[in-house]
Amino acid sequence: MSSQLIALLFEGLLETLVMVGVSGGIGALFGIPLGVILILTDRGGILQNLAINRVLGLIINAARSTPFIILMVAIIPFTRLVAGTSIGTAAAIVPLTIAAIPFIARLVETALREVPSGLIEAADAMGATPLQIVVKVLLPEALPGIVAGLTITFVSLIGYSAMAGAVGGGGLGDIGIRYGYQRFLPEVMLAVVLVLIVFVQGVQSAGDRLVRKLSHR
Amino acid sequence: MIELQNLTKRFDTPSGGVEALRNVSLTINQGEIFGVIGRSGAGKSTLIRVINLLERPTEGKVIVAGRDLTALSAAELRAARRDIGMIFQHFNLLSARTVFDNVALPLELRGESRAAIRAKVEPLLELVGLSDKADRYPAQLSGGQKQRVGIARALATDPKVLLCDEATSALDPETTEQILKLIKDIRDRLNLTVVLITHEMAVVKEIADRVAVMEQGQIIEQGETFDVFTRPQHATTRSFVADLIGFDLPPALQKRLSAQPVGNSHLWRILFTGPHADEPVIAELSRNLGLDLNILHGRIDEIQGRPFGVMVVQARGDEAKLIAAKSYLASKQLTVEELEDVIAIDRAAV
Ligand SMILES: Nc1ncnc2c1ncn2[C@@H]1O[C@H](COP(=O)(O)OP(=O)(O)OP(=O)(O)O)[C@@H](O)[C@H]1O
Ligand SMILES: [Mg+2]
Repeated sequence: MSSQLIALLFEGLLETLVMVGVSGGIGALFGIPLGVILILTDRGGILQNLAINRVLGLIINAARSTPFIILMVAIIPFTRLVAGTSIGTAAAIVPLTIAAIPFIARLVETALREVPSGLIEAADAMGATPLQIVVKVLLPEALPGIVAGLTITFVSLIGYSAMAGAVGGGGLGDIGIRYGYQRFLPEVMLAVVLVLIVFVQGVQSAGDRLVRKLSHR
Repeated sequence: MIELQNLTKRFDTPSGGVEALRNVSLTINQGEIFGVIGRSGAGKSTLIRVINLLERPTEGKVIVAGRDLTALSAAELRAARRDIGMIFQHFNLLSARTVFDNVALPLELRGESRAAIRAKVEPLLELVGLSDKADRYPAQLSGGQKQRVGIARALATDPKVLLCDEATSALDPETTEQILKLIKDIRDRLNLTVVLITHEMAVVKEIADRVAVMEQGQIIEQGETFDVFTRPQHATTRSFVADLIGFDLPPALQKRLSAQPVGNSHLWRILFTGPHADEPVIAELSRNLGLDLNILHGRIDEIQGRPFGVMVVQARGDEAKLIAAKSYLASKQLTVEELEDVIAIDRAAV
């Protein structure tokens, strides 16, 4: 492998890291509270509000059923508004984040649902406020599940970011398409795929290790 | 301490409504251990959950320490709940918190400082005998130890009332006994009022001062535990206490009974309660009256520190002797019941 190729791959990896890290981070920032709201407002939840629950659920499902490649194109005006451009790494972060939010919200909702209702009841019997129940009971108890969900999210985002690369978003996917496919350099394609495999493996096993460390069940 | 007035609780389900409580009124005194027993679905859990308003009654009032909880605002209710500790069948401990932090939780919720929490939690762990397990996680504890953590947590805010929802139902008999002893001990020390629901009569017998029996959302019988056990009025109560008390004959013996009286042989069930319960009455009967007594079945027990026994005897003798024997037993304040079935078999066969 030439040092040129290594430099290229390194740059791509960094861009992918930035895209996935930022979109996953912002996605979690919005997705986790959304997941909490979904649980609280659901039937039998401590702040049951079916109207809010249904509307949120509908929006989340709509966002999740839109294929990423279509979502990316569809929100180009919004992307331009937020990032100032519609191509490049910064621009790719916008649709990645938009895709990550509902994804994370659902995974967080599932993780929170696993918290035994008896624990919420016990906190309720102690005189906990709804906010205290969320902060002291729901989130800590669901943390291993949430981390597992975020791991899945990051892995999926790595895949999505490669798609974003295809439309000029930068990152490893971009390199794979431009060098490997358009200029027909199969060794570059192979290198990109290998780096992606190692990257995904790394994220997954780091996530698994963290989940094991956090879980005391 | 706790006064439940005309409580009704209706659950609306897709398949129609369920009345889990029907016009239940109950007074529980300061410092007593009050047992509630009933079969599955009788409404016991609903009753205890109404006391801290985890379940809001459809009708009626819940008065704890002089305050009507149903009339409080959400914030006032949260404050009032700190005076009511609760322990659960499945412990409901937070898996992500250590033993120490589980007990600390109610204090954290109240905004106590770390130092104040430590000062409170350590003696509590001492009290329940878990000081050496403070840094363990619940998953590393046995059921009995988990319930001890639950008890320590329930006591952290110095409640006046402790609610126990099937607190020992997930534990083996020996651990159950230890936990019950702990609850009793705590009641004696802290003068707590304890409400304990269970479907095990043995638990009530072990610990309750008074007991209420529930069936289909209603209280069908209540009173001092000793009285309810020794003189059950309702068929359901009777079936609850039967096994424990030994009212009924063992099945093998029952098989040998026939409906036909044979000669002048009678079958009596004698209840030993009251001041003469521990006197050698049977011996005196046969010695002084020359009555032929054959003890078929007997059990002696203690409920709330008072001796209590049941004995089934076969009595043979002429009519005069039998009447004399009955009046002698009555003079000792012992209850005699004539059983319809009389032993058909020969005495030698018994
Ligand atoms: N949340 C609920 N929704 C609908 N019905 C309920 C609900 N909670 C209880 N019930 C019904 O109310 C009745 C009393 O239930 P409860 O749980 O109080 O009984 P229990 O005496 O505690 O029984 P167990 O010994 O099985 O715990 C039952 O018929 C039950 O199905
Ligand atoms: Mg129950």
